[in-house]
Amino acid sequence: MRRDDGAGPAVLDRLAARAPANLETEELAGDCARLIELWDGRAHVIVVDATQSGAEAGTVIQFDALAAEIPRELFIHTSHAFGMAEAVATAGALGRLPGSLRVFGIEGAAFGFGEGLTAAVEASAEAVAGRIALMLEGG
Amino acid sequence: MSDAATRTIKVDALARVEGEGALYVRVKGGEVTDIKFRIVEPPRFFEALLRGRMFGEAPDITARICGICPIAYMMGASQAMEDALGVTVAGGLRDLRRLIYCGEWIESHVLHAAMLHAPDFLGLDDALLIARDNPELVQKALQVKKLGNDILEVVGGRAVHPVNLKVGGFYKLPAEDKLAALLPRLDWAMNASKELALAFAGFDFPALEQDYHCVSLRHPGEYAIHEGRIVSNRGIDIPVNEFDRHFGEEHVRHSNALQGFYQNGDAPYLVGPIARYNNNFEQLSDAAKTLAEDCGLGRQVNNPYRSILVRMVETYYACEEAKRLIEGYAPPTAASVETPIAAGRGYGCTEAPRGICFHTYALDAEGRIEHANIVPPTSQNQKQIEDDLLAVVSGNLEMEDEALKWRCEQTIRNYDPCISCATHFLKLTIERD
Repeated sequence: MRRDDGAGPAVLDRLAARAPANLETEELAGDCARLIELWDGRAHVIVVDATQSGAEAGTVIQFDALAAEIPRELFIHTSHAFGMAEAVATAGALGRLPGSLRVFGIEGAAFGFGEGLTAAVEASAEAVAGRIALMLEGG
Repeated sequence: MSDAATRTIKVDALARVEGEGALYVRVKGGEVTDIKFRIVEPPRFFEALLRGRMFGEAPDITARICGICPIAYMMGASQAMEDALGVTVAGGLRDLRRLIYCGEWIESHVLHAAMLHAPDFLGLDDALLIARDNPELVQKALQVKKLGNDILEVVGGRAVHPVNLKVGGFYKLPAEDKLAALLPRLDWAMNASKELALAFAGFDFPALEQDYHCVSLRHPGEYAIHEGRIVSNRGIDIPVNEFDRHFGEEHVRHSNALQGFYQNGDAPYLVGPIARYNNNFEQLSDAAKTLAEDCGLGRQVNNPYRSILVRMVETYYACEEAKRLIEGYAPPTAASVETPIAAGRGYGCTEAPRGICFHTYALDAEGRIEHANIVPPTSQNQKQIEDDLLAVVSGNLEMEDEALKWRCEQTIRNYDPCISCATHFLKLTIERD
């Protein structure tokens, strides 16, 4: 309902269509503290979320969350009480990070009420799904 | 503190509050002349979205209003529809509803108390720093929270935006072995929530005593969570369907969200943990009352900062209650009751973690929604938040600006405001002449 805030679920939808056999997916809204529970015991985790940094709509950024701290300000727009970047940092402090953790951010343009992604975010969701599928195929 | 004649201080965001809002404070001649707690995002149009939809769609649509407390919306909507259709949900189905609501109280209360509110008392910017300072505490809190989420998953089919609740009950009854598997974890969580409560009881609580008009549900047989009459400590005792005769909502110029008020005097009122505790203390279990006493809470709590302790007492109680419900659970013969379609108007109200959440819907003869009105707890608390902030700023003008900003943020977080429920990050502006 918040248009480009749905970039993450849009990537999941596209990945489901490609159906990689070794992929488990979870859509999360509101409570990112739950991420820490969800990736407990997982070897490889990929998180996709919308960003609101002022960059051009559809810009894709990628982080190796184990190598560097995620810039919190990018993800603050989500209104989540406990943000994704905070969850990653807290998990790190508690020693509860997965074996690998890749974070994709897709820059949104429209976060008001309405249906559907903007064209730029739609295209980037497709591109990110393709990159993740390739990562999975590569093991 | 700067001694310039006029100062404007801005804080980019109030972290750890869901949604976006702003606080404006003007100080002139040593007195607070204006204070506005402002919602800066467009209101949510869920009520308009619901019009024309079938009655059975309301629980799943309204669940999307909040990712932290979906049960409050699903259950309020379900109850209102059942009221309109003349349906009663009782016995084991009613117990399952109370059980899943206990799960929501547990996960929401612990998230707020340990991860979002406790940092204020420790002088830490966020939960990450608590995790570094006291990893054991955060691990414990996360584990209690996970139990709450797991109750939602076992009963509701999914921890976030559950899918198993419907008007009339549930789509499918939960597996009894999965319910039983929660029991030893609930025993552990009762101890853990007690330890967390006692740890938080050692915080230094700012001095502030308010004369609150406490509004909550009350049920004759239990500490009200999901059913009851609407009562207050100033004599209100009404059925849910009279809510809008006594309480109103208004647009104020500085906020896009509606603000709730008590109609007799256009006055603020308080909903949430402190209101529930003050109105229904006697219905807490003996062990929960003892925990409250051990935390230094009296029979009445009027210091809003101590809401963190009340949340933990309620967390303890919710674990205890969940255990009782599972141990006494007798599976009903059907997962839901029939819901014959009829035109009508219905009302529902439950105790969301942040306070009472009121729903009313009008249905046409085909069961389509003609009118919907949802009054979330944060809307109802907005005037009271402004009132608390006025007292805090007025009583602490000698504070350095940064310290005062911190205290204001802490004061707002007392309410665990889910501003996105009411509409959406807080900017703080203090002007001093």
